[in-house]
Amino acid sequence: MAVIRTLSEAVAELIHDGDSVAMEGFTHLIPFAAAHEVIRQGITDLTLIRMTPDLIYDQLIGAGLVRKLVFSWGGNPGVGSLHRFRDAVENGWPRPLELDEHSHAGMANRYVAGASGLPFAVLRGYRGSDLATRTDTVATITCPFTGEELAAVAAINPDVTVIHAQQADREGNVQFWGLTGVQKEAALAARRVLVTVEEIVDELEPRPGGVILPSWVVTAVAEVPGGAHPSYAAGYSVRDNAFYRAWDEISRDRERFQTWLRENVLQAVAR
Amino acid sequence: MSDWTRDELMSINAARALAGARTCFVGIGLPSTAANLARRTVRPDLVLIYESGALGAKPTRLPLSIGDSELADTADAVVSVPEMFNYWLQAGRIDVGFLGAAQIDRFGNINTTLIDRGPGRPPIRLPGAGGAPEIAANCREVLIVLRHSPRGFVERLDFITSVGHGTGRGDRERLGLRGKGPVAVITDLGILRPDPDTAELVLTDVHPGVDIEQVRAATGWPLKIADQVRTTEPPTAEELAALRALTAASA
Repeated sequence: MAVIRTLSEAVAELIHDGDSVAMEGFTHLIPFAAAHEVIRQGITDLTLIRMTPDLIYDQLIGAGLVRKLVFSWGGNPGVGSLHRFRDAVENGWPRPLELDEHSHAGMANRYVAGASGLPFAVLRGYRGSDLATRTDTVATITCPFTGEELAAVAAINPDVTVIHAQQADREGNVQFWGLTGVQKEAALAARRVLVTVEEIVDELEPRPGGVILPSWVVTAVAEVPGGAHPSYAAGYSVRDNAFYRAWDEISRDRERFQTWLRENVLQAVAR
Repeated sequence: MSDWTRDELMSINAARALAGARTCFVGIGLPSTAANLARRTVRPDLVLIYESGALGAKPTRLPLSIGDSELADTADAVVSVPEMFNYWLQAGRIDVGFLGAAQIDRFGNINTTLIDRGPGRPPIRLPGAGGAPEIAANCREVLIVLRHSPRGFVERLDFITSVGHGTGRGDRERLGLRGKGPVAVITDLGILRPDPDTAELVLTDVHPGVDIEQVRAATGWPLKIADQVRTTEPPTAEELAALRALTAASA
């Protein structure tokens, strides 16, 4: 059964140096507050997994906590580059970053395999793309029924998956809705699951398209209103597109990024 | 001096290319502009599909990201990301995939991963694949939209992210790619289409006021030119008004 913790307690208990961590949320419900707590606690040598690294991993990479990135699209949506990600890949700053790079379909299926307790998933993909030549987590497999050649992708089973949801109840049952992305699969693939929520309610009211994670597949829940900002939580907040645009300037320069990190994350009060 | 920009010619002609489509898998940026313009002009009932999970999104303004809340709020259905890629895209249910590119070659293969800068310098790192490899593989047809320049239209890609026609006609079948692949590349200078026999891109249309030499100069390989190069219809007042209203109200 999930335990209810403060964010700083939950991060300290669940995430450790050297862990593989998936913080998912496809544009919507990105768990920024939890990532900021990881930065404050200086948890390092992480393997970070996420379809779209987005600003959340740009910040963790720039903070020097990331050894390896498993991903499928590393841009600032509609704006341009992730400059901290680029600086790490192109110049090894603040440390070299190992990449395991995929397509969205491949990453989604890697989580599906992980959630299903299978060693790999099968898809129509990667054929003819150079992506398959740069990773050891894609292979060709022959269908035993038709003889057709298909792509196999290795399962992802993170040590920890972190997601942000709209609500949990006092038992630690979780519900999220709107664009639900790949969070259900990422959570069920993980050994430990941390969920930050907008609010803890007495009773979860079923929502159209809502995803329920029962308390017994969640390790810890922390109440963190606004914990997805500058991403958003449908029904609670809207995406802060202005911040996504501003990030381009903030992150372009190493010193300016470090100042931002110090003033907005490191010196911020833990929740 | 004409009453429109080269970018407007590109977006309007990209929208026109969707006139016969029922469903379109939309990438963010130029493809999203074109697909939303098509809903306001040539194809009001076009079903827009965004990889974030929105099937049948009807945004009133251009979204900044593929996951803006308006896409989900206006969608016919919202599905998970694995469902989107497996049941909807991979199963071959979508008519047109609309893609952008950093680099393209003469067979419509796409690079969105990295750009070489020569010996001793690390490649420029681009965002990467996203949904594009499987969009290019599994949609019934692919449209590509990008600005014409020798840096974008290259002799040899630095990285093949998404396969168009591979090394020529027959390659898609050999690779087991079930869709038709790129059927048109729409640029700010004109339109290129694959040769029916070789699948090499051929200049078939130029926009009003563009001459063929200009297109040759902006292409990094010896560009094949169709016997009869057409000139695209000038934008109508309605198309221009719809496009300008759309971009003025972007998120």
